Amino acid sequence: MRTRRGAGLDLIALTALTALTALTVLTACGSGDDSLDRAPSGGTEQAHGLGTVTVLAASSLTEAFGELGDELEAQHPGTRVRFSFAASSELATQITAGAPADVFASASPSTMDQVVKVGDADGDPTVFVRNRLEIAVPAGNPADVSGLADLADKSLTIALCAPEVPCGAAADTAFEAAGVTPAPDTLEPDAKATLAKVSLGEVDAALVYRTDVIAAGDDVEGIDFPESADAVNDYPVVALAEAPNAEGAEAFVDLVLSDEGRAVFEAAGFELP
Amino acid sequence: MTTRRQLAGGLPPVMVPFAVLAVLFLALPVVGLVVRAPWRTIGAELSQPESLEALRLSMVCASLATLLCLALGVPLAWVLARGDLPGRSLLRALVTVPLVLPPVVGGIALFTALGRRGIVGRWLDQWFGISLPFTTAAVVVAEAFVALPFLVIAVEGSLRAADQRLEEAAATLGAGRWYVLRRVTLPLVAPGLAAGTVLCWARALGEFGATITFAGTFPGTTRTMPVEVYLALQRDPSAAIALSLVLLVVSLVVLAGLRERWLGTSR
Repeated sequence: MRTRRGAGLDLIALTALTALTALTVLTACGSGDDSLDRAPSGGTEQAHGLGTVTVLAASSLTEAFGELGDELEAQHPGTRVRFSFAASSELATQITAGAPADVFASASPSTMDQVVKVGDADGDPTVFVRNRLEIAVPAGNPADVSGLADLADKSLTIALCAPEVPCGAAADTAFEAAGVTPAPDTLEPDAKATLAKVSLGEVDAALVYRTDVIAAGDDVEGIDFPESADAVNDYPVVALAEAPNAEGAEAFVDLVLSDEGRAVFEAAGFELP
Repeated sequence: MTTRRQLAGGLPPVMVPFAVLAVLFLALPVVGLVVRAPWRTIGAELSQPESLEALRLSMVCASLATLLCLALGVPLAWVLARGDLPGRSLLRALVTVPLVLPPVVGGIALFTALGRRGIVGRWLDQWFGISLPFTTAAVVVAEAFVALPFLVIAVEGSLRAADQRLEEAAATLGAGRWYVLRRVTLPLVAPGLAAGTVLCWARALGEFGATITFAGTFPGTTRTMPVEVYLALQRDPSAAIALSLVLLVVSLVVLAGLRERWLGTSR
C-alpha cells in the first residue's frame, strides 16, 4: 500500500519534471532562433554581408532567381540567399501561415493578393516580368503535336497544371480563348512538375511557361501558339512585412528590378513589362 | 521487490511521463485539426462530388494495393523467414528500400521501370500497348510499392517467432503441407499478418509522393484524398483541413473495425 502510494507521487513529480524540461528546451530553442535572426543586422556587417536572405518564389523563376541569388552573394560577400521554389499558391499559403521569409515572388497577381490581403506584404508588389505559355513536347516531338487543338486529342497523354495554380489558370484562359476543350491525363501541382513529365518522356505534350521550356534544355521542345497572348501571367515581387532580414529583402527586390535583373530575365525567356 | 514487480509486468515509473508526452505529441496535431476545422461549412465541403470521388478512389486503391501486397508479400515473407537461399540478407535489405526512399524518388524509380520509356514499361507499351502511368492502376502500383515492406516485415517477424515444432508435430501426426499451413501456421502468424495488413492498408491510404509522381493527379482516376488535400491547401486551407479530418475519421473507423474483427479483442 505504502509503496504504491509512493510510486504514485513519484509519478506525478516525474511527469511535472519532464513537462518542465520539455518546456525549457522549447523556450530555449525559440529564443535561440530569435537571436540568430537579429544577428545579421547587428554590427558584424563586414563579416556577414547582408546575412541570410530567404526568398520564396514561383517554380518558374528557379533558374533566373538562382542567378540573381549568386549575383547578390557576389556583390555582398558573406551574404547567403536561400530559395524555396514551389507553386506560387502553395508559397502564399505558407506565408499566410507564418513561414519566415523575406521576399515573395509570385507567378500571378491573384496569388500575390492572398498575401497582400492579410497584411503580410511590406508595401505594394511590383510586376517585374511577364511569362507566356508554350506547348512543351519531348525532344523529337514523338506524337507530332503542332498546336493547341492537339491537346484535345484523347489518344495522347497530356499533362496540364492544376487550375488551382497560376500556370493552370493561365492554361484555362488560353484554351477558352482558342475554343478548345483539353483532354488532360494529369493535372500537376506546379509548372516544374508538369515539365518533368515531359522531360521524362512520359507525356506527349504539356502546357508550361516558355521560360520552363528554355530552362529544360535539349530534352524538351517548345511550340508557340497564337492564343498564348491571351494568357500572359504578370509576376509581382514584394518584400514581406514580417521579414526577419528586411535589409536583405530590400536588396534582393532592388536587384530583381534593376537593369541587371532585367537582362537576366530577358535571357531566361521572360517578357519585360 | 521492485525487480519482481517489474518482472511481473509492473510499469517502471520512469516510463509514464514519457508515455504521456508521446500521447500529447501524437494527439495535439489531431486536436489542432479538430479545433481549426470549419464546422459550419464542413457539410457543404464534404458533399462536393470531388471530395467523395477522391475518398472513394482512395479506399478502392488502398484496398487493391493491400490485396496486391498480400499476394506478393506473404510468399516473400515466407522465403525470407524460412527459405534457405544464398544472399537472403541482401534480399531483406532490398525489401526495406521503399521505406528509406523518399516517396517522390520512389515515383521516379517506378517511371524508370514501368514508365513509357522505362526498362520494362517500354516493352509493355510496344508489345501490348499498355501504358501504366497516369492510370488508376498506376495509383495501385505506387501505393503497393511503398506499402509492401510494412506487410513483409510484419509477417516475416511473426513467421520467425512462430514455434516450428508445432508444425513438425502436426507433420509427424500425418498432416499434409497444406493442412499444416491452414490449421497450424496461419493461426500462429495471424496476429502478425493482421497487423501487417492494417499497416500496409494505412500506409497505402496515406500515400502521396509516389502517387502524385507516377500516377499524376486527375479527378476520378488518379486524384486520391491526400492529393486532393494537397491541392485544396493551395486554394482554401480550411477545405484542406475539412478533407483531412474526413480521411482521418474514415481510416480510424476502418482500422478500429478491422482490429475488432481480426484480433477479436477490444483491448
